[in-house]
Amino acid sequence: MTASTLTPATRTPQRIDPSAVVARTTSRSSLQATWVQILAMAWRALKKMRRKPEQFFDVLIQPLLFTAMFAFIFGGAISGSVSNYLPILIPGILAQTALTVCMATGVQLREDMDKGVFDRFKSLPIARIAPLAGPMIADLLRYGIASVLTLLTGLLIGYRPGGGVVGCVAGVALTVIAGWSLAWIFTWLGTMARSAQSVQGISMMIMFPLTFLSNAFVPAQTLPGWLEAFVKVNPVSHVVSAVRDLFNDGAVTAEVGWAVIGCAAVVAIFAPLAVRSYSGKM
Amino acid sequence: MADLSAVRADSLVKSFGDFRAVDGIDLHVRQGEIFGVLGPNGAGKTTMLRMLATLLPIDDGHAEIFGVDVRREPHRIRQLVGVTGQDVSVDEDLTGRENLRLFARLQGLTSTRAKSIAGDLLERFDLQEAADRPLSQFSGGMRRRLDLASSLITRPPLIFLDEPTTGLDPRSRGQMWTTIRELVTDGSTILLTTQYLDEADQLADRIAVIDRGRKVAEDTPDALKTQVGDSTLQLRLADGSDTALAVDVVRRLLGEDPVLTPESGRMNVPLSDPDRAADVLIGLREAGLGISSVSVAKPTLDEVFLTLTGHGADEPQMEAAR
Repeated sequence: MTASTLTPATRTPQRIDPSAVVARTTSRSSLQATWVQILAMAWRALKKMRRKPEQFFDVLIQPLLFTAMFAFIFGGAISGSVSNYLPILIPGILAQTALTVCMATGVQLREDMDKGVFDRFKSLPIARIAPLAGPMIADLLRYGIASVLTLLTGLLIGYRPGGGVVGCVAGVALTVIAGWSLAWIFTWLGTMARSAQSVQGISMMIMFPLTFLSNAFVPAQTLPGWLEAFVKVNPVSHVVSAVRDLFNDGAVTAEVGWAVIGCAAVVAIFAPLAVRSYSGKM
Repeated sequence: MADLSAVRADSLVKSFGDFRAVDGIDLHVRQGEIFGVLGPNGAGKTTMLRMLATLLPIDDGHAEIFGVDVRREPHRIRQLVGVTGQDVSVDEDLTGRENLRLFARLQGLTSTRAKSIAGDLLERFDLQEAADRPLSQFSGGMRRRLDLASSLITRPPLIFLDEPTTGLDPRSRGQMWTTIRELVTDGSTILLTTQYLDEADQLADRIAVIDRGRKVAEDTPDALKTQVGDSTLQLRLADGSDTALAVDVVRRLLGEDPVLTPESGRMNVPLSDPDRAADVLIGLREAGLGISSVSVAKPTLDEVFLTLTGHGADEPQMEAAR
């Protein structure tokens, strides 16, 4: 017989004293404890990514495929030539790719929440935001890979950003921040929806208008007035403009400020909504 | 604070729509005991446990764990209770070691401490060979053990076990029982649910029998069994219309009524002593009543139910939504 039993020799069982444990309990996780919990959740997400590399399919393929495809198809029609179109297109593709990654965040969260391990997360004394924010930290890696790949593809087909290395690094950083912020919308959807498929469906309906009804692929001035009005308030437009300013001119313009404010607003609204909806599921 | 109860629940209620899954249950678990909650599928056992573990909101009633209010202080409750559910609640994509380290880190252990505790628990629960393989390759018994190990990282004073051995082979079941007994030696209190009378009998100091969201009995295993009889004489009369006469015979001999089952001519006679079976059979022959089948068996959960509620445990009940 094997022993799932304890042998007294190997352990020195100290008797548990319930009243001492009660005295040690706290009524909520401290900020520092919450941060450790979020990192532990991020660690879990990274381990899972390593074991399922197919998750990286979207962040690897989309930048390569879309950048080349859009450049050669729309370049001549919109800007007269491919090389003229690249300064407009590359920041647009970056935003689109970031949004696709965001969408995956929501879908994966929903899938994850149906698993037994989420029951344990709920039964543990951890901040309710940790299971949501952890995977989003791990996703920073995905935004990073997608942004760098898009930029590299651009450089390969002739994009020469005027902002130089500093401008490019700043632009990629802004894209990563924007992606992370907008992901809270999809995380909230993930906590609300009934199934991963429905998250996918709803996310598509949000993602397409957000990317295509923006200045990501075409200059806003070419659009009818009512559409231009929407495009101008779309936070994605501001992110795209800001990234263009950083990439092409290396300039920190007002657009960068608007993009950051927009992202902060999205987080301020959707992070509490997501945590509330997740806690309410119990 | 020696008289502090581990669990004190008063008229707990949980409804799903019109269905009252838990319908006013009182529960009092003393420190250091194994308390068994016995009942068939859908009786409300899991729902009750999930309410006490802060996994489901309590609709009505009041519950305290070691004096801490479950509704008002969920975060504190989660520090006092280790929960092992019916479904495996560990991450299938991670290895055994990674699971334990994750749960330890989440509960505030330093990374060195998390590593060493994970190692200890893997050894203690005989999980070393599966320590570094993703869980999807583990056997059912191993997953259960890892699940239980995950609940013990911070050595919580109260442990909830929801049907800890359902679906396990006899050997894993025996191991689980041994482990559960050891936890109590360490000073933990255990609240476990089960569908098996023999499991409750083997482990529990006291048992509450739950049926359709209500508590129908609460006592020590011995006292419960005495109500049902140590063993049961199962009889089928050759002629169902003799039932009333047979009941008279049994009552005269044993001073107790047999329990009639829904089938005509069938009855279960609780026996405090299996030897009395012969007396009953002789009595029936002397009364000229024919018997078509006879057997003596240990009381099953079904009989406990029949005795306590007047209906069987296997009658369809609405499955409690979870």
